[in-house]
Amino acid sequence: MSKEVIDPKSFEPAKKVKPLKDISELTEEEKERLRILGLDEKAKRGGEYVQVDAYPLLCQKKVEGLEILPIIFAFKEYKWLQDYSWKLISPEKDEFTKAVAEDLDNGYFIRVLPNYKLIYPVQTCLYIRTERVAQKLHNIVIVEEGAELNLITSCSVHPHITSALHIGISEFYIKKGAKLTFTMIHMWGEEINVRPRTGILVEEEGTYISTYISLFPVKSIQTSPICRLIGKNAKASFISIIANYPNSYIDLGGEVYLEAEETKTEMISRNVVYGGENIARGKIIAKASKVKGHLECQGLMLSDNGIMRAIPELDSFFYDVELTHEAAVGKIAQEEVEYLMARGLSEDEATSLIVKGFLTVKIEGLSPFLQSQIDKTLELAKLGF
Amino acid sequence: MEKILEIKDLWVEVEGKEVLKDISLTLSVGETHVIFGRNGSGKTSLLMTIMGFPAYKIKHGKIFFKGEDITELPPYERAKRGIGIMFQRPPTIRGVKLRDILNLCIKENKIKIEELAQDFGFETFLDREVNKGFSGGEIKKSELLQLLIQNPDLVLLDEPESGVDVENIQLIGKMIKRLLQKETPHKPRSKSGLIITHTGFILQYIAADLGYVIMDGEIYCKGNPIEIFEGIQKFGYEGCKKCLKRCGF
Repeated sequence: MSKEVIDPKSFEPAKKVKPLKDISELTEEEKERLRILGLDEKAKRGGEYVQVDAYPLLCQKKVEGLEILPIIFAFKEYKWLQDYSWKLISPEKDEFTKAVAEDLDNGYFIRVLPNYKLIYPVQTCLYIRTERVAQKLHNIVIVEEGAELNLITSCSVHPHITSALHIGISEFYIKKGAKLTFTMIHMWGEEINVRPRTGILVEEEGTYISTYISLFPVKSIQTSPICRLIGKNAKASFISIIANYPNSYIDLGGEVYLEAEETKTEMISRNVVYGGENIARGKIIAKASKVKGHLECQGLMLSDNGIMRAIPELDSFFYDVELTHEAAVGKIAQEEVEYLMARGLSEDEATSLIVKGFLTVKIEGLSPFLQSQIDKTLELAKLGF
Repeated sequence: MEKILEIKDLWVEVEGKEVLKDISLTLSVGETHVIFGRNGSGKTSLLMTIMGFPAYKIKHGKIFFKGEDITELPPYERAKRGIGIMFQRPPTIRGVKLRDILNLCIKENKIKIEELAQDFGFETFLDREVNKGFSGGEIKKSELLQLLIQNPDLVLLDEPESGVDVENIQLIGKMIKRLLQKETPHKPRSKSGLIITHTGFILQYIAADLGYVIMDGEIYCKGNPIEIFEGIQKFGYEGCKKCLKRCGF
């Protein structure tokens, strides 16, 4: 399995698809799929945004201090939003950014007003339900000074779609003393290509926690968010939890620029490889003194028919820094499997439990709700042989 | 009495090295037998073979459990049929909590995990990664708690007292008593045990019915466990070698 060249132009524009009138037009099977990923009317949410193919289907705010709008509408409403658009990612970066810059479908704009700490998460859902379309999104999130936001983004496709492309440009601004917890739960399909392009800017005392979960088959994902910590004491954590299946190509990276004193970052990735090719990249660049960064990559190989590459990179331009990395790739310890088998678990059940344990990462700062959402996804993914 | 375990002429190899030679023993329902022996004598190999771990290759002989030939069965099938083992040095499994394992062991048993853990002062360990950072005594408690939930008919205990401090050994003894239904001696028992002991301390807490000495992979002696243990204390295992009571002599 190697990186396949994806041409955005070879897909149909999502705009050509007739929009749905409302969410009730989705089939029960689709609704169930989205419910699994967190779009559950029983769950308490601060706001919701659902986009199907090119069109927003639901956009509602439920609490004070939150603004949530389709991005095209937000651009018309707020002229100042241009100051935040394409500032963290260049439209010229690659063919995918160019495709979105040239022909934007939509996306979400979310802003939390200063000092509002939203208790309930905001849920967004980006869904493709039409064969061979390219969904082109631009999302902008601004968490103003002293505010807090838990944002869950679920991305999925119609269960019977065989081919599609998702391109998501996301620009996140975390202002002074603000906190954004961004959890992305993906359930793609075996023939779906995914190209997120993300830029994050964190100001003084700001915190960004990103958790990326992909435990279901996908054709290819390639992404490498760029995060700049520009204010003193800003922090960023990146956690990725990946199951790589045969014929999948997942190249997941991240670059964190520590540009101010006493900024900190950690990048943790857990990868289970059943097959295909998995690349876990991470790069930390120390551009100020008294900064700390840690990269951790663990890979569990469950097959000889897959490739796992761990590519850590640490760059320092100052002497007074602490940058570390650790990486380990290996197989499941037979001793652990046998231990569980002695308790009555079959080899498959034992393996599944060990894999789930391996992928269970304690994420500091994550709310119990989000933790249980991740645990639920781990339960649903079939993680045995 | 009905037999729960019967081992006939068992010869076992690990990585080409003979570790058990011509082992035969019979355990009846409700009985507890104790195995003595030096380190490396083959005691653990015997328990591992009964549990069916693939590294222990049976070259000759048969194992019967409740009358069924289980010689070729994998460990989980043996566990399902009612064999449970307490490991001496169980592995740490990253991210897997003790509770996760207990939930899987519980199956149709109507045992309440919380209540049982509270009985032995172990409830705070339920949500910890299994065996990670556990002390010697905590490992034993965790293992015994798993067995109490699993509720096997034949319990294999590998040195339950090793690494346990004096304060905890009593509690470990209590857990084993419950496991082997020895808290109610007047009632007929359905649980049986095969216990390895290096120090013999466990004999103070459980009344064993029969003792064996294993040396160099062979059963040298069998008889009253207390007498055998006193003999070992007095003359050491060298004394066993010289003893005329040796099996087969």
